[in-house]
Amino acid sequence: MRVLAFARLRELLGGGEVHVAIADGSTVADLVRQLAGHRAEHTAALSASRVARNGRLAGLDEVLGEDDEIALLPPVGGG
Amino acid sequence: MAESAASSDVALAGRRALRRYSRHLLIPEVGLAGQERLLASRALVVGAGGLGSPVLQYLAAAGVGRIGIVDDDTVDETNLQRQTIFATADIGRAKVEVAGERVRAINPHVAVDPYRLRFDAGTARELVRAYDVVVDCTDRFATRYLVNDACVLESKPDVFGSIFRFDGQVSVFGWDGGPCYRCLFPTAPLPGTVPTCAEGGVLGVLAGIVGAFAANEAMKVLLGIGSVLSGRLLVVDALGGHVREIAFERDPQCALCGRAPTITGVVPEPDEPEIPAGDDAVAPERLDAMLRTATLLDVREPHERALGVIEGALCIPASQLEARLHELDSAKTYVVACRIGQVSRWAVQRLRDAGFRRVLHLHGGLLAYALTHDDFSFF
Repeated sequence: MRVLAFARLRELLGGGEVHVAIADGSTVADLVRQLAGHRAEHTAALSASRVARNGRLAGLDEVLGEDDEIALLPPVGGG
Repeated sequence: MAESAASSDVALAGRRALRRYSRHLLIPEVGLAGQERLLASRALVVGAGGLGSPVLQYLAAAGVGRIGIVDDDTVDETNLQRQTIFATADIGRAKVEVAGERVRAINPHVAVDPYRLRFDAGTARELVRAYDVVVDCTDRFATRYLVNDACVLESKPDVFGSIFRFDGQVSVFGWDGGPCYRCLFPTAPLPGTVPTCAEGGVLGVLAGIVGAFAANEAMKVLLGIGSVLSGRLLVVDALGGHVREIAFERDPQCALCGRAPTITGVVPEPDEPEIPAGDDAVAPERLDAMLRTATLLDVREPHERALGVIEGALCIPASQLEARLHELDSAKTYVVACRIGQVSRWAVQRLRDAGFRRVLHLHGGLLAYALTHDDFSFF
């Protein structure tokens, strides 16, 4: 599935757009854990972020489909 | 005679004003009524930096009648790459002073209220109350939450813009029953976990793009026209050349604007939590053994629970702790856990203050636990 990463997550995930293969029935939380991959910095950044699915803020227990577009939104505070 | 001279002065000023705002007057959505509305309106711009620069310039040029500027800083050479309201000669001067001069130079009809102070819990609500719209152009999360909270509590719209490197976010919070910043990001990230522009950098022109979007939202709110960015987060990707939109709703669990709010006033930023003595901290590898007799109190906010929840844990978000103390039993032993082991220290202190004696905290949080336990059973 197509995953868009912004701000801090761009460099951590290796680009603004990454393609990720997910297992059937994966939830938003599963995807976040998969992307974090037990790496401390990734996990810290991802767990502070919100996830949007097809242009709408998603809950962690939502089940994903292969055609969904995911946007990972870290908090951005600069001004 | 005097009266006639005075009224002709007014008429002359009126004609000059008509000329100044003629391009607004030609737009049906603005027109004379809209321009008069702008001239009678008041905007508070919190932060005179990268975002504040375009916001102040456009609101001044548009004829917003009164503009408050809050900033406690002085102009630094590193500001000049993006803070276009300042010139090289302004280095070392107070930002509110220079910005005020610039606003008056752009449009002498605008009244300027310069506030050379930090927007803090002591001044937040009083400042916000005196204006019709607040534009959050600050560069610190703690201040952003304070602006949001003060705006919701005073029923004022909070126009939010933020930037980092090539990425920006824009939204309008607390507008016409719409969601607030806490519905999107319930709590501020811990200091040091999200890099600032000073640490990570920012493309100068992004401040202009996002600031112009924010100024546009402030104009729409003041004029009562168009479709305000309420319940919508604009995600600006200057590198890819995309602007995306994320829809979000008011969160019934929101600690500020939800059904049972626990934040009912603005509070000063918490001091750095006290580090308890070594005996109070449970190392992640000791947690499983501890939990044979103790209860895990998981104080993460719901949106932080991507790591999963440990079976048998009692989940009370830190933001609800004060209101839900009655759910705890002071005879029991609790190991308090948060995401990375900082909020839990604060929670332990709160519980001790409330009379709980047997409280410990998980060192490094559930993040450290998950990283040392490959078999961490998520469910």
